[in-house]
Amino acid sequence: MADETGVEIRVNGRLRRARVEPRLTLVDFLRERCQLTGTHVGCEHGVCGACTVLLTTGDENASVPGMPDGQAVRACLIFAVQADGAEVTTIEGIAAGLAQPRAGELSAVQAAFREHHGLQCGFCTPGFVISVTAFLRDHPGPTDEEIRDALSGNLCRCTGYQGILAAVRAAADSMHAPTEE
Amino acid sequence: MKPAPFEYHAPASAKETVELLAELGEGAKLIAGGQSLVPVLALRLAVFEHLIDLRNVAGLRGIEDRGDAVWIGAGTTQAAIGRSGLVAAKVPLLTRATPLIGHFQIRNRGTIGGSLAHAEAAAEYPAAALTLDAVIETLSPRGQRSIPAARFFTGIWSTALEPDELLTGVTFTAAAGRSGFAIEEFSRRPGDFAVAGAAIAIELDGDGDGAQIRRCAIGLFGLGPTPLRAAAAEAAVTGSHVRDARTDARAGEIGRAAMAGLVSVPSDLHGPAAYRTRVGAALVAAAWRRAVTEALGEAPGGALSEEAAGG
Repeated sequence: MADETGVEIRVNGRLRRARVEPRLTLVDFLRERCQLTGTHVGCEHGVCGACTVLLTTGDENASVPGMPDGQAVRACLIFAVQADGAEVTTIEGIAAGLAQPRAGELSAVQAAFREHHGLQCGFCTPGFVISVTAFLRDHPGPTDEEIRDALSGNLCRCTGYQGILAAVRAAADSMHAPTEE
Repeated sequence: MKPAPFEYHAPASAKETVELLAELGEGAKLIAGGQSLVPVLALRLAVFEHLIDLRNVAGLRGIEDRGDAVWIGAGTTQAAIGRSGLVAAKVPLLTRATPLIGHFQIRNRGTIGGSLAHAEAAAEYPAAALTLDAVIETLSPRGQRSIPAARFFTGIWSTALEPDELLTGVTFTAAAGRSGFAIEEFSRRPGDFAVAGAAIAIELDGDGDGAQIRRCAIGLFGLGPTPLRAAAAEAAVTGSHVRDARTDARAGEIGRAAMAGLVSVPSDLHGPAAYRTRVGAALVAAAWRRAVTEALGEAPGGALSEEAAGG
């Protein structure tokens, strides 16, 4: 076995220190070392999007008040050692950006998924919610076509996507009142 | 956790990186965004004893205006390139190629240097670099080197990079004069590798419909073991009057001409070679029409068409 390496990763605001094998993926770090099993492992090679998390490195920050920082990335395509020093937001922390988060409170995106039947079995849902959260932060007031394009990197095998599209439309409209052109 | 074990290195400088490469030899592999490499490792299509991570290497990131050229550091993400106003103004083909790469989550990690060094024949950035005659800059223990894109892609997933050589950046000539750029691809689902694709860069000489095509580059991807240039089709159209070249019939001819002489078009579950070349011809024709429309839109008094504006 290759030597273990020390990593420090801030996950949902809490600093996590661990010694890991370099081949440990970030998603396995989150699930097995941090016991944060909300992030799901699907294909494990970057196709399905179930493992999507928000990653903040020193390089590219997208900061919007009241919204979580970080870029949506596939946690199965990053080794935990590559995220040393970075910050990660998982589905467990996605509502923490709310003004006054309470236990069990949902973010606008989560609430819209529930309201519009954007999930059935729920396996893909954490990845969708994370991707949509980053997308709506960076693209307020998207067109339906832009929403479809943004969803193309996450696979759902239950819903046929219509409920998800309706949820994202509703979340976009609730988060950003339409502006006059 | 599916990859085989490896040792992890995260050097802080390009010099240190190439010294490590030289010391560790063939068992070492560089990792940048990892969006192509990590799936390969997870599926154990390749196994490396050492991964050298470029994330701490200084000087590999950034987009710089160098007047008549734009330099892009190898570690610059596809997302950063897609957002760059400088790239959109001076290397518009790259801006248009970027949304075709994977999905936005992939582009947040994937880098231009990784795309070029991985040299996937169906990928967008290698084809764009070849079409634009980009120059690829490298560092090895023997020093720096500049490699024209035309000499960089040598075979399936193979490049002119030496085993101890690091891709540090790539320089694109800025668009000048009356020029037009377009990229078209067909894939079975958004984000998949292209079944076939075409990129066009043209530059006109003169005004209006009497203008001549001064320069023409036709890049092809997914149609061979490497990205390709359709040199014969380029030569046939260079020097011709744009009024003759802009018709649908002529665009179709250029598309078919670009497919002539292709000798190793892939055949797989996504499509046999004969299908790929039919798709490729149609894509070249479509890209040609867009590029010509855009170039003409810059003509004095000529209105930019909606198609070009949306391009």
